[in-house]
Amino acid sequence: MTTATEQDVGYNSKIEGNVIFSSADAIINWVRSNSVWPMPMGLACCAIELMGVGASKFDIARFGMEVMRFSPRQSDCMIVAGTVTYKMAEAVRRIYDQMAEPKWVVAMGACASSGGMYRSYAVLQGVDRILPVDVYISGCPPRPEALIDGMLRLQEKIRTEKSMWQIKAGRPNPEKLPTGPR
Amino acid sequence: MNLKETFAFLEERPAKDCPAYNCPAGHLVNLMQALRDQHGYSMLVDMTAVDEGPGQTPRFIAVYHLFNLESFEYLRIASACEGDESAPEIPTVSHIWAGADWHERECYDMFGIRFKGHPDLRRILMWDEYPYYPLRKEFPLAGFDMDFQAADVAERTGVRIQPAPMAGGPFVSGDEGPMSEKEPRAKDQSWREQHKKPGGSGPA
Ligand code: SF4
Repeated sequence: MTTATEQDVGYNSKIEGNVIFSSADAIINWVRSNSVWPMPMGLACCAIELMGVGASKFDIARFGMEVMRFSPRQSDCMIVAGTVTYKMAEAVRRIYDQMAEPKWVVAMGACASSGGMYRSYAVLQGVDRILPVDVYISGCPPRPEALIDGMLRLQEKIRTEKSMWQIKAGRPNPEKLPTGPR
Repeated sequence: MNLKETFAFLEERPAKDCPAYNCPAGHLVNLMQALRDQHGYSMLVDMTAVDEGPGQTPRFIAVYHLFNLESFEYLRIASACEGDESAPEIPTVSHIWAGADWHERECYDMFGIRFKGHPDLRRILMWDEYPYYPLRKEFPLAGFDMDFQAADVAERTGVRIQPAPMAGGPFVSGDEGPMSEKEPRAKDQSWREQHKKPGGSGPA
């Protein structure tokens, strides 16, 4: 015969396999990283590859990121796919501001990362001048596989975040834009 | 059909591809109306402009490409703008072809040509407050340093509008030989990543 207390905390075949011990961070990050809702900021040719990633052949649904939302209120990862002109930069930043925390930014392709081949009066030389970019993806345009790889790296990054700390502090990681010559 | 016989004010313009004429700005609207209604040039394919460079007369030339949907012929009409270099003027044709509306706005945006009678002459590519006309010859490709147009965004992010790093560019291919052998090259080959271009911009 065992006591009631021993029965609750000790081995109990009825609940075995249904209880998981983990840290809150690990669970929050696991949930967040597997349901990234992208905001497709398609601005130029790279957006075509982004569409390819969302379509059946490459199927980003396998990684839980297929729910592309055109409303900033419903998305948490802005994929900047294309050439950011100065004129558009203002809108890009405003849309980013309207996205709910926590949120991430992926700079897809040469243009979004650095201005690409557009050394021109009209083009912002890298979207990291207005947004805190988490992942940069090279290519002009990057192949869909490269975008998937970038998104998987974003998942890895999300899994290392201090989410409980962010929730307690009531604020996500402070936004850091790169400094240095611009 | 020789258009010059019908329109005596036309002047032939050298061209390699299709008939081309110069037309004085004063006759432009009547000419275009007649070409569309009586000569079958019902389609305005494109409307653009040429900047001949500072101090040239004429400096700005508006160029219209028309297409005849009955005889399948192209026609080019060029018309020198009137007025001051800083504010050249030409009459609008947007009431003849509705499609000219945005072409003319683009020309205004890029060259600063004022289309007289245009219903809504605003910038179309650059933002409204942009102070320059980028396709004018004196405008540098890299652009100028200036404040970002949205002050609140600039304050939060520190973004500025800055001359683009040209890295020895623009990158152009030579005029000689077949296309397959002409790799685009930086015009200024003295530039390298490691050392600053003498007297120029670029990373230190
Ligand atoms: S990186 Fe290349 S493919 Fe992508 S938007 Fe720029 S020019 Fe287009």
